Amino acid sequence: MDAPYAIEMVNITKRFPGIIANDNITLQLKRGEIHALLGENGAGKSTLMSVLFGLYQAEEGVIKKDGKEVMINNPNDANDLGIGMVHQHFKLVQCFTVLENIILGVESTKNGILQMDEARAKVKALSEKYGLQVDPDAKIEDITVGMQQRTEILKMLFRDNEILIFDEPTAVLTPQEIDELMEIMKNLRAEGKSILFITHKLNEIKAVADRVTVLRRGKYIGTVDVAGTSKEEMSRMMVGRDVNMVVDKTPANPKDVILKVENMTVASKMHSNNAVKNVSFEVHEGEIVCIAGIDGNGQTEFVYGLTGMEPLVDGKITLCGEDITKSSIRQRSKLMSHIPEDRHKHGLVLDYPLEYNMVLQRYYQPEFTSKAGFLKRAEIRAYSERLEKEFDVRSGQGPITIARAMSGGNQQKAIIAREVDKDHKLLVAVQPTRGLDVGAIEGVHKQLIAERDEGRAVLLISLELEEVMNVPDRILVMYEGEIVGELDPKKTTVEELGLYMAGAKRNVNIDANTAEIEESEVIDTARKEEA
Amino acid sequence: MKEKKSLLKNPSFQAILTSLICIVLGLFIGFIVLLLINPAGAGEAIMTILLNFFTRASAAAQMKALGNTLAKTAPLLMCALSICFCYKVGLFNIGAPGQYEAGACIGLYAALAWHCNWVICLLLAAVAGAVVGAVSGALKAYRNVNEVISGIMLNWIMLYLTNMVLSGKKVKDPASPYTIKLASGNKGALIPSAGLNKLFANNTTVTIAIPLAILFAVLIWMILSKTKFGYELRATGFNKEAAKYAGMKEKQNIIITLAIGGALAGIGAAFLFLTGYQEWSTTQTSVPGMGFNGIAATFLGGLHPIGTIFASFFIQSITDGGALINKSVYPSQISDLISSIIIYLCGFVLFFKFAINNWISKKDKGGPNVNDVPVKDDAAKAEGGEK
Repeated sequence: MDAPYAIEMVNITKRFPGIIANDNITLQLKRGEIHALLGENGAGKSTLMSVLFGLYQAEEGVIKKDGKEVMINNPNDANDLGIGMVHQHFKLVQCFTVLENIILGVESTKNGILQMDEARAKVKALSEKYGLQVDPDAKIEDITVGMQQRTEILKMLFRDNEILIFDEPTAVLTPQEIDELMEIMKNLRAEGKSILFITHKLNEIKAVADRVTVLRRGKYIGTVDVAGTSKEEMSRMMVGRDVNMVVDKTPANPKDVILKVENMTVASKMHSNNAVKNVSFEVHEGEIVCIAGIDGNGQTEFVYGLTGMEPLVDGKITLCGEDITKSSIRQRSKLMSHIPEDRHKHGLVLDYPLEYNMVLQRYYQPEFTSKAGFLKRAEIRAYSERLEKEFDVRSGQGPITIARAMSGGNQQKAIIAREVDKDHKLLVAVQPTRGLDVGAIEGVHKQLIAERDEGRAVLLISLELEEVMNVPDRILVMYEGEIVGELDPKKTTVEELGLYMAGAKRNVNIDANTAEIEESEVIDTARKEEA
Repeated sequence: MKEKKSLLKNPSFQAILTSLICIVLGLFIGFIVLLLINPAGAGEAIMTILLNFFTRASAAAQMKALGNTLAKTAPLLMCALSICFCYKVGLFNIGAPGQYEAGACIGLYAALAWHCNWVICLLLAAVAGAVVGAVSGALKAYRNVNEVISGIMLNWIMLYLTNMVLSGKKVKDPASPYTIKLASGNKGALIPSAGLNKLFANNTTVTIAIPLAILFAVLIWMILSKTKFGYELRATGFNKEAAKYAGMKEKQNIIITLAIGGALAGIGAAFLFLTGYQEWSTTQTSVPGMGFNGIAATFLGGLHPIGTIFASFFIQSITDGGALINKSVYPSQISDLISSIIIYLCGFVLFFKFAINNWISKKDKGGPNVNDVPVKDDAAKAEGGEK
């Protein structure tokens, strides 16, 4: 009876100190199906996959392959069982070629010399069979993210893996690349591969998955057929309540200029070119402006330049009428709040308790430090408790919980609480919903809109298309360090946005008339390509 | 969290326990080495190391020996505090011996050549140590030179610089390689004992340096855990990038940290050489062990300023005890060998801590532990999805 399942995880329980990450979870992957694993952040998806991949051992429950119980003690065991994984952050050697990366670890040699020809032939055959176009001799550092992902997929196929795990694979792709990936996944299914697809994007589940298993807070909620379940039902299963999928907001009412950026140029740390080139725009009181773009097009460096983490090569920044081009981070932080892109690297001191992280931007103020330089611990505790309550930040031990021990979503909530609560006129929110679940995302979006309605300026930097389309009042698209387009989210489409993001289209910095012509040409070529 | 927590999980208890395990293990391995060399005297020798001053015949002699151990504990504690302080800020101050040498150099030179009184000498020693520490700090902050590398190199540079400076006419005893005794050169530079010597059978090397060192330990603990300054320094140590993001001057903090570490080590040198316990040998060709033993004391003390007080005393005590081993039975190097084995094992504190935690988590597997994740939403609604 168990035979139809390629892999089964039965009644898996995995505990960590103070938390049950997986509580009696059952996941059954049929042969030749795309099975989505859906859950909030901290729902236990990663833990479950780590158990499957041999990174953790479950305390209870069994894993069965083809109906037979197996032990997976480390990733090598998983590999031997034909389980492969495309990690969210690719595990590729940057200075190696595609082919070298694919054979890494399973090289065939003769007298100690690499035998590449056989491998090349196999890779070629595989890429043709599944429609995975790659140049085997291109170096990883030179190819697009989409191609890097295809390399990762080929890596699994080269090892004859039958069970393929995709961990949030679409986060780094353009809309066009996402479509391609969906096609590839369908091809793989057609060839009899079984796919586990970890995601929190309901659209993608609807597009490719056959069945979906939902987890919530470590508990198994259910497994349902995708075809017979609406997106609203799935999100309700995931979050445990109704989620408003559309962001409610009134039209913006922009007033005075809060932030003015003129000709900003920022150097890159990776290469000798500038990462941000001659960027100019304004953000007004009472509006949300979003900088959209594919990851790695200068957004990170732009934020560093804006917040004072890196010096500008050229340009001028004016905040509330004051030139802050040369101001220190602390001076800027008096009027600017910053939700950083990387919460572990910048946003938190992970080894500090939550309460210390809550005052990270304010600890030096008289409210929290006495004149003699002693921390006012009682005040810090009380402040942290208030923010935790107001922003629903959950943790094992309240203010004294070490930040490292908190879930990603709650870490992010803590940062947002801290940044929103402090005095500011401008909120710079860099991927504020990164890695958050639908319910938490809704909360963050509401927060951003509330900020706007309270008369602050919000600059949102986002990679998520849904967020880009729904939250801001204006969209600026960044491509290779330049602002290539300004769009009105109410009038544009995801497809058009995608063309700007991919650099195929631009509508600023060009004379208006020629822009019209160029635009139509670009669209023509795009259409031809599609055909 | 009202339920009874296992004592083993208490971090302070764990720190003390792991330190004790290290000590016992160190003594045990030391004992085995003694057995291998000469089984007959091993038991007596290990007891001598452990008991140190208690082996003396009379109560007065015991107190005098204890006084000697305490006198040397003060400088060791200062070096340990130097390393502990920097470690809390994420820096490994292996340059403490060099900062200690700088303190000895300027402290003694000020005492003998400039005839300064002890307070001035002490302050100058602190400044000298701070300057050497700041050099490592600046290299780290602005050029990302690892403080371990620059620290080790500065240890040697400062050793020979100190030898050179203290070989000067005004400071060196012409008849020996040592600097002039403070008792004859400049009595005012001796740290006062304020009557403490009376408690230790008139041991004149027992001075207010000992309570001062303990005071420094408390002060360092207060700074690190209670002040804004400590908050910034520790944040910088834990996560330099987050410190920068929060507008702290992370580069400056690194330099200040190593400068403070240097000052502590410099004061440590003053606490030894300004008590008249010992003179500087201008022909020495090895970096003084005081700074290195400070590393062991830091780890044995559970990386806590208060813990280092006890750890420093213990390490100094076994070092002194080692010197008392019967030299007719064992070669003369044995004392250093045994104490270094014990000190070496003190470095394993973190390893044992890790092992204990591993063991606890293994043991905890079966126990229920559900109270942390509040599932407060309405489960009823969700049941619609369960098929």
